[in-house]
Amino acid sequence: MSAAAQIRDWLDERFGWNDLVSFLRHKTVPLHRYSYWYYLGGITLFLFCLQVVTGILLLLYYRPTPSDAFGSVQYIMTQARFGWLIRSIHAWGANLMIFTAFAHMFSVAFFKAYRKPRELTWLSGMVLLFLVLGFGFSGYLLPWNTLAFFATTVGTDLVGQVPLVGHWLLIFLRGGEDVTAATLGRFFAFHVAVLPGLATAFILLHLLLIQRFGISVPPSVEARWKANPFERREIGFFPNFLLRELMAWYLALGVLGSLAALRPWSLGTMAKPFASAPAGIRPEWYFMFMFETLKLLPARVGFMTGESLGVIVFGLAAALWTLLPFFDRDSRGRRHRWAAGAVVFALAYVLALTAYGYGVMAK
Amino acid sequence: MEGKSPAQGGRLGWFPILACLAFCLAFLPGAGAQTAPDSCLACHSRLDPPLEVNPEAFAKGIHAQNGLTCVSCHGGDATSSDMARAMSPAAGFKGHIGRKQIPALCASCHSNATYMRRFNPSLRTDQFSQYQTSVHGQLLAKGDAKVAVCTDCHGLHDIRAPTDPRSSVYPLNVAKTCAACHADAAYMKPYKIPTNQYAAYTASVHYEDLTVGSDLSAPTCVTCHGSHGAVPPGVTSVVNVCSTCHVFQARLFDRSPHKQAFATMGLPGCVVCHSNHRIVEPTDAFVGTGKGAVCVNCHTRGDTGYVAAARIHRSLGELQASIRRSNGILTRAEASGMEVGQAKLELADAQDDLTKARVAVHNFNPVPVDKDVQAGLVITQKTYQAGVAALAERDYRRKGLGISLIVILGVVIGFWLLIRKVESRGQQEAKK
Repeated sequence: MSAAAQIRDWLDERFGWNDLVSFLRHKTVPLHRYSYWYYLGGITLFLFCLQVVTGILLLLYYRPTPSDAFGSVQYIMTQARFGWLIRSIHAWGANLMIFTAFAHMFSVAFFKAYRKPRELTWLSGMVLLFLVLGFGFSGYLLPWNTLAFFATTVGTDLVGQVPLVGHWLLIFLRGGEDVTAATLGRFFAFHVAVLPGLATAFILLHLLLIQRFGISVPPSVEARWKANPFERREIGFFPNFLLRELMAWYLALGVLGSLAALRPWSLGTMAKPFASAPAGIRPEWYFMFMFETLKLLPARVGFMTGESLGVIVFGLAAALWTLLPFFDRDSRGRRHRWAAGAVVFALAYVLALTAYGYGVMAK
Repeated sequence: MEGKSPAQGGRLGWFPILACLAFCLAFLPGAGAQTAPDSCLACHSRLDPPLEVNPEAFAKGIHAQNGLTCVSCHGGDATSSDMARAMSPAAGFKGHIGRKQIPALCASCHSNATYMRRFNPSLRTDQFSQYQTSVHGQLLAKGDAKVAVCTDCHGLHDIRAPTDPRSSVYPLNVAKTCAACHADAAYMKPYKIPTNQYAAYTASVHYEDLTVGSDLSAPTCVTCHGSHGAVPPGVTSVVNVCSTCHVFQARLFDRSPHKQAFATMGLPGCVVCHSNHRIVEPTDAFVGTGKGAVCVNCHTRGDTGYVAAARIHRSLGELQASIRRSNGILTRAEASGMEVGQAKLELADAQDDLTKARVAVHNFNPVPVDKDVQAGLVITQKTYQAGVAALAERDYRRKGLGISLIVILGVVIGFWLLIRKVESRGQQEAKK
């Protein structure tokens, strides 16, 4: 008996290895004109794994105090061997991961992959999206440069606008009234411990649910296959889909490496808490649409501030978006069309306000 | 309750009447009070110039703000609306104050330290004694009423504190105030002095610092000439005037061979090279033997000064070029995404050395200039090498990226071939 067969038997006696392999061998993935969208989730997962690896490497040098944070990142960028590469991959990887997470979410929404029985998959995915945005927000402060400091100040100020619990949330996030060493300490803790732990748990749940319910097929394709069963195409998850997935991961790695090597992430200037915010301060692109919306709202709307109203509206929108599967239960009918319209509107709104924030459209 | 009703003049009824009376006494102007209207302004606000006085402008002036009135300077009785009584000599009316009397009138308060202390203890009280030493004061004493008196500079009935931006003697406004006479060629003709000072000054770096740079400490007319004791600085005192700000240059000049040479020739120090009013930003072209150089105004080819000037110019040029070269390569490296913050910081020290070398020019000796230039060149060499290293690192990274992309592409192609192999094998097995 070969060594591989011996190992297989050893694992099977203890973990039911053969059953697992058999499941994977028989698992299939639908093949149709929209199948390319299936890779986005896997790419997001790959980028997350890359973030964990590069993040651990950065942890070897990074120091989470105001006096040392900037200097430690400077050391990583200039002195540590390949430090510039690890840090740039981590920074670019974060942006790419958020982009693919949004793209994955919108593709799932467009193709209505949240339909029964996959509602929990959608819910766990939404939690993951919020965690990924939390990663982006908490990680942004860690280099302790001017942009990071003031972006965090503005961002946490907006959290303070949540009615009733806003001030408590602000104190909780900042560790006090202002952005200080306490803020850096707890953002670091969120970024390297709390969020990774939660993300790992929800990723495992998300993957388990995907394995349990299989890959969804868009309604139009499903209808065509129902009418013409011989048109149905599927490929095996292992090795066919997995090999294609690996190709996509390597291409993503190529894109990431190119960005990191050709446009290394800048250091910026060290934060000076008592200086005034630089003119034109704005958040990263993934918060831009919310930021621009709040800027467009009037200072006061009735009895509340424009910012409070904006925060409430976004909170409600996020809640409704998260509960989309429970609203859009029928495959046809008015609710179905409303849901489809809401998805188109949401994507158009995010794109338009993001472009507006970057001055693409005339202000 | 028993008693008279308010309508019958009962006790309660007196209260509102007393309250109204108290209100009138407290709030209505002049009701029951002794304050009289200012009859001077009441008439003079309605007259034509030169008797017109703008009451709003006067009220906003520093004198009115401190409780002074027309009577304080002109005498008379401002409480009487009868012109004869208001302007009677018995009431102390002085009438129009002649130009020759103005300084003494102002000094009657402004030179009285005890009196001025109650308004502003830190105000100087030597303006009149200073004025008497000035060219203006001396000519006035000789009977020339055309010269500047207090009101020509400070204003007449709308005098504001010198720290008020609307004051005619606020630093930003001083030159224009002086130019009202000194730039008027017809007015200044009897005095046979130039009238191009204002035009020259507004073209200077001092004026630019004051207006564009918003540096209120930048020199204006009074900085060099004095304000109340205004005189043109004497030939030997020009350096002292400039040295109040340009300390290092003045000290070096004092120890240089030029000091004695200029004194012997009766030349006014700094002004010889830098001019007095049209002082422009000096460039390295100032020193040397080429176009725009001031040294060749006196020195001729082959003399010691000519040789020294050429050497100094060469040294400064060498450091300037070296800084530019380092800055160029560091900027290119930074644009490529390389981290060169430390090198750029060090290059700022080389710029400081260049500044020191330019100050050292006032030794008029190449040796101290070379010392600062050499210190700067050491830094620029180091930063240039840092730039070269950064670009080499950039090229190394790009090569590494190229190799990695080739490997990644190879892997992707490998996967694609494997997929084709697996799927064709799968199709063959399905056919069987």
